[in-house]
Amino acid sequence: MSDTTATTMHSPTGKMNPAHAHVNASTSLQSADFYLVKEHHVENGTLLGFWLYLMSDCLIFAVLFAVYAVLGRSYAAGPSGADLFDLKLVAVNTSMLLLSSITYGFAMLEMQRKRVAPTLVWLAVTGLFGAAFLGIELYEFAHLIHEGAVPQRSAFLSSFFTLVGTHGLHVTFGIIWLVTLMVQVGRGGLTPENRRRLMCLSMFWHFLDVVWIGVFTFVYLMGSLA
Amino acid sequence: MSAPHDNHGHDAHDDHGHGHDEGPHSSFKGYMTGFVLAVILTAIPFWLVMGKVFDKPSTTALVILAFAAVQIVVHMIYFLHMDTKVQGGWSMLALIFTVVLVVITLSGSIWVMYHLNTNMMPMSAHEMKNMP
Repeated sequence: MSDTTATTMHSPTGKMNPAHAHVNASTSLQSADFYLVKEHHVENGTLLGFWLYLMSDCLIFAVLFAVYAVLGRSYAAGPSGADLFDLKLVAVNTSMLLLSSITYGFAMLEMQRKRVAPTLVWLAVTGLFGAAFLGIELYEFAHLIHEGAVPQRSAFLSSFFTLVGTHGLHVTFGIIWLVTLMVQVGRGGLTPENRRRLMCLSMFWHFLDVVWIGVFTFVYLMGSLA
Repeated sequence: MSAPHDNHGHDAHDDHGHGHDEGPHSSFKGYMTGFVLAVILTAIPFWLVMGKVFDKPSTTALVILAFAAVQIVVHMIYFLHMDTKVQGGWSMLALIFTVVLVVITLSGSIWVMYHLNTNMMPMSAHEMKNMP
């Protein structure tokens, strides 16, 4: 209010140099807008910072996908994806991760209603789905290694185990984090700090599901086509 | 001056719940919409590949890549609650920057390495064995 009145007051006085006055007015308005848009978001830095971490994690996966794209057809006369992949198992695995995503969403909804017990129940269900995903993946890896399809066998298998293994490692740490947060929510309740932590894990968990879309499409489904 | 200040200062807060370090407000309907879409967008590619619906594998590959791209957008909107207003637009800016880098990394690697493979001198199995 004071600024606009000030600039309108100024313009008659700045008659000597109207262009200058005009520039002054517009820049002061713009700078006012600049502060308004961003100022109140500074307090909320954690979620943005965590999002930036996720973007850097996304770059890690992008590079691993690029490696797989380059090496994924170099079988060294060994088994190919079409020989090895069991798509039914992958479909079950995918649904486990997708179900864990929606149950984490339910946990977030209960968190918004500030109900501790249902939040913990949905978090536990999410953790179980995550553990099921991990169990199936480990079973698959063990099966591959038992068949002799070890990472050292070919460039395809090296890049396959690196990409899928890195994703599985992320899920492992997600589950550890989930259990940690369940203990913290159980002890301290849904304090602002715990809610913020749960929102960070929510982003992490859904992000892993996004990466898995790329894995099952690019690695498993397209690998089975060849 | 005061009117825009009020708009930005309070209405934006209420819309997105940024006031006390709250994330975006999510709803049951939003999660269920995302989940149903995700299930459909997952099931169709698996069906296309397992049922061998298309004769040409390249057609199947293109179609399932398109489904994956759509599903990633669905997850971003309904599960990660991305829009242009989260964190005053900084999340979206970081996402766009990352997507640009990812596209350069992926397309660049595939492009360069594909030509590297096709432009290599042809080599027989015998020559390969005797390589230093």
